[in-house]
Amino acid sequence: MNPNMKRLRRSMMFLNCQKPGLIKDPYVYAPDSIMLDLEDAVAEREKDAARYSLYHALQEIDYRGVERVVRINGLDTDLWIEDIRCSVAGGCDAIRIPKTETAEDVQKVEAAVIAAEKEFGAEEGRTLIMAALESAKGVMHAYEICQASPRLFGIALSGGDYTKDLQTTISGTGVELMGARQHMIIAARATGVQCFDTVYTNLNDMEGFRRDVETIHTMGFDGKSIINPRQIPIVHEIYTPKPKDIIFAEKVVREIDTKKAQGIGVFTVDGKMIDIAFYDGAKRTLALAKASGVYKGEL
Amino acid sequence: MEIKKPAVAGTLESSDCMVTVEPGQGEIELDLDSVVIRQYGKQIRKIIHETLDRLDVNNAKVTVVDKGALDCTIKARVECAVYRSNDIRDNLPWGGVIR
Repeated sequence: MNPNMKRLRRSMMFLNCQKPGLIKDPYVYAPDSIMLDLEDAVAEREKDAARYSLYHALQEIDYRGVERVVRINGLDTDLWIEDIRCSVAGGCDAIRIPKTETAEDVQKVEAAVIAAEKEFGAEEGRTLIMAALESAKGVMHAYEICQASPRLFGIALSGGDYTKDLQTTISGTGVELMGARQHMIIAARATGVQCFDTVYTNLNDMEGFRRDVETIHTMGFDGKSIINPRQIPIVHEIYTPKPKDIIFAEKVVREIDTKKAQGIGVFTVDGKMIDIAFYDGAKRTLALAKASGVYKGEL
Repeated sequence: MEIKKPAVAGTLESSDCMVTVEPGQGEIELDLDSVVIRQYGKQIRKIIHETLDRLDVNNAKVTVVDKGALDCTIKARVECAVYRSNDIRDNLPWGGVIR
């Protein structure tokens, strides 16, 4: 399995490949991933120019460990295959499929990625895939889409197009996104892939943004799409386990290991009833804390 | 590669450059204007000539207005202008002469 399948992806920042000034040094803001966009942000007449910029940026800029995902053009265009050739030749880490509606969409992209890896001599399996769900049909097919390819590391909600398809608008409350978010996170967890939330476009409402991130964090999402570097610290703060949670998770893991050896199934930690069901959650907290750089322990 | 018709790529935004290629008169004629010409003029000319060499372009008038672009952006804009002058947009030689 590609070791990057489960990497930390709290923040995925969109960057327009048409603008060299945007893609030259986004690592200074330390997002977990960047989303190099060949699709909606790029003007129709500049689609070709964006590819040359993307290719050379991927080849020559040291992004210092930030994951480089490329959003290709839709499968309903004549652009996406060349987008994949360019991205794979450049050495991107993953391809994001826009407007994914079926498992077949993922398989079509997978086939093109495999062909490009062969053509350009890239290690087989090095290029991962994620699928953006942007319609009611795509959301309804989330479970099948999640299982469509061993390269697929996650699914992402694209709220703008999705709400248009629902014949509503983004309200800022999240009510209109509730069903899709819940459905997608359940599908992702049922199939073992990651799940990412849509962008929050009102940059003048940072409090609203914070509430939005808190909501999706509570729902279980792995991260959020970002459109401005100012949003990154808020996401990382919310996603980084707090010291008290880390201490508690450490106690839970140690106590469960000890008590299991003694044949005890249920016990208390800091006054809370604990059993084996808490083990995986505590381990996940510690893994996230470690990946976020706030836990150096050995568990 | 032949420059079949005038073509432009890039913008005059900061960190970008605008490259225009036109059919030449038997050689490469390069006209460079850059905000950093004193510090990097030589390096920018070298990148442009190397890129044209790789693309086997040896007869063109090339005009570059640079606004502080990185080397990788200069290469990207020159390649884009050359391929646009030939109306080629697909099946490009990534990793071959584009590198």
